[in-house]
Amino acid sequence: MPETVFVNAINEALQEEMKRDESVFIMGEDIKRSIYGATMGLLEEFGEKRVLDTPLSENAFFGAAVGAAAVGMRPVVETLTSFMWVAMDQLVSQAAKMRYMFGGQVNLPVVYRATMYYGGGSAAHHSDRSYPMFMNMPGLKIVAPSNPADMKGLMKTAIRDNDVVIMFEDGTLFGNRGEVPANEDVPGGELLIPFGQANTLREGSDVTAVAIAGSVPHALSAAEELEADGISVEVIDPRTLVPLDKATILASVEKTGRLVIADPAHKVCSAASEIASIVAEEGFWSLQAPIAKVASEQVHIPYSPALEKLVYPTKEKIADAVKRTLE
Amino acid sequence: MAIDKDLLMLMLRRMWTIRHFEETVIDIYAKGEFGGAAHPYIGEEAVAVGACVAMQDTDYIAGNHRSHGHPLAKGGDPKRAMAELLGRVDGYCKGKGGSMHLADFSVGILGESGILGSSLPVATGAALASKIKGEDFISAVFFGDGASNQGACHESMNLASVWKLPIIFICENNQYAVTTSYRDTVAVEHVSDRASAYNMPGVLVDGQDVVAMYEAVSVGIERARAGEGPSLVEGLTYRYEEHSLGLGRIRRGEYRPEEEIETWRQRDPIVIHEKRLVEQGIATQEECDAVRDEEAKEIEEALEFARNSPFPEPGDLFDDMFADAIPQP
Ligand SMILES: Cc1ncc(C[n+]2csc(CCOP(=O)(O)OP(=O)(O)O)c2C)c(N)n1
Ligand SMILES: [Mg+2]
Repeated sequence: MPETVFVNAINEALQEEMKRDESVFIMGEDIKRSIYGATMGLLEEFGEKRVLDTPLSENAFFGAAVGAAAVGMRPVVETLTSFMWVAMDQLVSQAAKMRYMFGGQVNLPVVYRATMYYGGGSAAHHSDRSYPMFMNMPGLKIVAPSNPADMKGLMKTAIRDNDVVIMFEDGTLFGNRGEVPANEDVPGGELLIPFGQANTLREGSDVTAVAIAGSVPHALSAAEELEADGISVEVIDPRTLVPLDKATILASVEKTGRLVIADPAHKVCSAASEIASIVAEEGFWSLQAPIAKVASEQVHIPYSPALEKLVYPTKEKIADAVKRTLE
Repeated sequence: MAIDKDLLMLMLRRMWTIRHFEETVIDIYAKGEFGGAAHPYIGEEAVAVGACVAMQDTDYIAGNHRSHGHPLAKGGDPKRAMAELLGRVDGYCKGKGGSMHLADFSVGILGESGILGSSLPVATGAALASKIKGEDFISAVFFGDGASNQGACHESMNLASVWKLPIIFICENNQYAVTTSYRDTVAVEHVSDRASAYNMPGVLVDGQDVVAMYEAVSVGIERARAGEGPSLVEGLTYRYEEHSLGLGRIRRGEYRPEEEIETWRQRDPIVIHEKRLVEQGIATQEECDAVRDEEAKEIEEALEFARNSPFPEPGDLFDDMFADAIPQP
């Protein structure tokens, strides 16, 4: 299978979907020259009408995507998570609420591509991992892929979905390589991954580790290391947080009796919190040890590498948590 | 601009639809038939009607919190509007929107937003779609003098102008945001003066004159359809009632003098238009009265319809969240 870089998987998905469907267009800041890499070559292929560089007006163009979708387009908006704050009103009051509030009169097939740049000395204003805040808001579908194949397949599904989807693209993974099946090698000739299906990346019998986005590679390396100590860890990537495949998680916990959740978001009311609460409510009798959350510390992201590295989930923290559940 | 009689009569009719609708709303609110807030549009009818009759059915509008008038001006069904107010299943939004979200998407409404300024980006997006698709439709958005100070308003106008989008920004300057005069919050003399900052035409219009509104918006629409970009039209108008039903704490006369209210009531948009029709021999007083009575009847029927429509069932609670449904967590 061919290896693809994570950011190129985004590009492939955009290219294929823009080619397939004329109503797909993309907009964002400096996307024509693709300063972040995901929109490379799209201007040349699809032209100025479908590749739009916006003014620095997130509130306006996040909302314009809603309006364009309401009248039949499929906009894909590129942004960084940290700039979503400026557009919160459009995301919440319009994108999330419009369909329900108007009794289902309109579909809003919008994709917001929100890249999370963290872990590289970007400091507090540019390191947001904000998906839990949006999980709390009904009306949004939330996707957080952890490898290039999922990125491509979920992005294509997101663009075809008839609702508002926020793709949280983990910037720590952008340079990662992974196998992405060629179109001719997948059934139907296209890589489409359905929402709401977790991916069990590694089977195990002692402890379940649910890991999200950039925490997935750390959980996998922890699992590998622990195997040497005779501890068998099952690693599950939910891939989509809304909808969340709780059945896969609950079934795994039923088997292992132990749960560790690794989440790059801040730990209070994180995705990990929600998963822990689901398992506490619905899988309590399977548990043989307290659930362990390994999420980011409840502190702003400090600039200095000496401090920043203390904040996020790491392989070591995940491995320690796994061992704790076995004590 | 020569306007034919049918259109002039339609203007009168739609203004009466709104006037009767709003009077009925005030009445049934007082009787406790529905709750929450409701912002009467009485006195401002000419702004929405003049603008909307200048549009095609395929054009889009978006509104704000004071938006009972906008869908009705564009030909929305008063029965379904009234049913929505009463929270019934036959409402535009099946009872999920209420007074501030009386949107009839079937007549090109893109939503009415309770968050001030929030509709402007959405309407701008519809205009963007028109341009990308190479289609002929335009969009328009109604917002108040208060909302004109929102960042979304400025961002949208700038965006629409740099991209030359077919949109008309229509400021309904009723001179107050709740109790605050626009003179205390808008840094320029008129909201329309701001247009120059976005390199678009800005016109100040007598918002009590439905024909003047129609003409100004028509010019903007023509410009929009010709691919020349957006316009800002400010209709100077006045709200007769208090800001919102259910806001009992605002006392009349404390922020605007009684004489001011009286002066503006003397410039009633329906009276002005009727007078013109009769004086210019376009219609008889009897014809005008007949329109008034027909619309009164239509609203009576709308109320009857709404009262007879059932409330939603508990099982409807989770409907309409998503187009491609997902399980409740
Ligand atoms: C973002 C936001 N801030 C405040 C409010 C509360 N509010 C509702 S209507 C209103 C005044 C609006 O004034 P204007 O835009 O002039 O419209 P008008 O009510 O006069 O038609 C305010 C402050 C709101 N709905 N949204
Ligand atoms: Mg006002």
